[in-house]
Amino acid sequence: MTAADLHMLAGAYALGALDEDERHAFEAHLADCESCAVEVAEFLATSARLAFAASQPPPAAMKQQVLARIAEVRQEPPKVELPAPRPPAPVSRVRRGARFALAASIAAAVGLGGVAAWQYERAQDAHQQAQQAQAQTAEIAAVLSAPDAHAVVGSVGGAGQGTSATLVSSRSQNRAVFLTPGLPQLPTGKTYQLWFNDAGVMRPAGLVAPGAADQTILLKGPIGPASGMGITVEPSGGSLHPTTAPIALMPFAAT
Amino acid sequence: MDGPHSTRRGDGSEPTFLGTPPAPGQRPDELLLQVAKGDQDAFAALYDHIAAPVLGIVRSVLRDPAQSEEVAQEVLVEVWRTAARFRPDKGGALAWVLTIAHRRAVDRVRSAQAATDREHKAALLEQTPAYDEVSEAVDRRLEREHVRRCLQALTQMQRESVVLAYYRGLTYREVAELLAVPLGTVKARMRDGLIRMRDCLGVTA
Repeated sequence: MTAADLHMLAGAYALGALDEDERHAFEAHLADCESCAVEVAEFLATSARLAFAASQPPPAAMKQQVLARIAEVRQEPPKVELPAPRPPAPVSRVRRGARFALAASIAAAVGLGGVAAWQYERAQDAHQQAQQAQAQTAEIAAVLSAPDAHAVVGSVGGAGQGTSATLVSSRSQNRAVFLTPGLPQLPTGKTYQLWFNDAGVMRPAGLVAPGAADQTILLKGPIGPASGMGITVEPSGGSLHPTTAPIALMPFAAT
Repeated sequence: MDGPHSTRRGDGSEPTFLGTPPAPGQRPDELLLQVAKGDQDAFAALYDHIAAPVLGIVRSVLRDPAQSEEVAQEVLVEVWRTAARFRPDKGGALAWVLTIAHRRAVDRVRSAQAATDREHKAALLEQTPAYDEVSEAVDRRLEREHVRRCLQALTQMQRESVVLAYYRGLTYREVAELLAVPLGTVKARMRDGLIRMRDCLGVTA
């Protein structure tokens, strides 16, 4: 899906009519598109007017109930913009906290020194970041150490500048992890995007920063019906559907 | 008829005073910025601005009164909890709050409806469009009158697309299926419809 296609989703976005994956893709696009941001702000203000037109006076008791509840709820700190790329997650905790039954070759190929699954998300507050890091680390560990974990090694990119990548999947966990020592640099405004291959239909599975070293990425979403994974080059922020031919296709298990 | 809610505001830039104007310095955007700093009094004042439209849009999507009230309360607590994430440059405080409200209502519907998707859609087709109920219940309210007039000025497909998505909580894919038109058409009608609504309502971000 091109930027122009994404642009057409501004109305559906402001009406809350995108599903979650599309909403994330659109918001990623929004971060890089100033003209979209203005239009979306106006559209959101417009849909707020639609909500006002549906106003219903709440029961009188509700105000006291809500005020009583908020008195006991801690407020989240603001988001803080951190310099990108994001620092690697705490490695020592990964090593201590999980026993990897994974083949040593994978560990040797990519190491665990660069667990950086959140390269592309906006920096958030440190507290939440740490929680996310722990949750993602635990999920990655669960896949890598699952008894039915399958590893497939493939190459990505053209001859000369290509690189290797390892795809580890676990049907019992229904998740997959993509490991690479680093994908080749891309022109500004481009990113790598991962896809689940659902019998030829590509389902978005997250973004990979070009050029970043030693990446261990938990594919977004369940494996579900997918038989493998593809990688394409997309505009920054990603696309809803592949807009270029895949630079690599990898099955979840060697056939 | 609406208790303590003496004013209705649209996007914050064009207030429609139906009673006593709020005290100076008490606009929703400023209140929300105060709330972000932990000001519970500011939250109580903000509540008076947002509780009715929050409950209204949640109820429009969910229909069930008890469940709607529960979700509306969760939304209001979420506003308190996440106030620091509000950015004034992205459509204003009311838009921010009501986006959360709509999303939470839709989340609730979508988690409940997965099993009975088809029946749900069939039932939706037979329901009276929500804006009719909206307008019937509130003909006297200037804001609702205004919105209703603007909705009526849309083409039928623009109006159905906007109403089914926003007031009923359908995705654009569901709207396309329901109206039996291509996805691209629905996307375009939603965008065109909002452009017309924006201009008709005089919204500026």
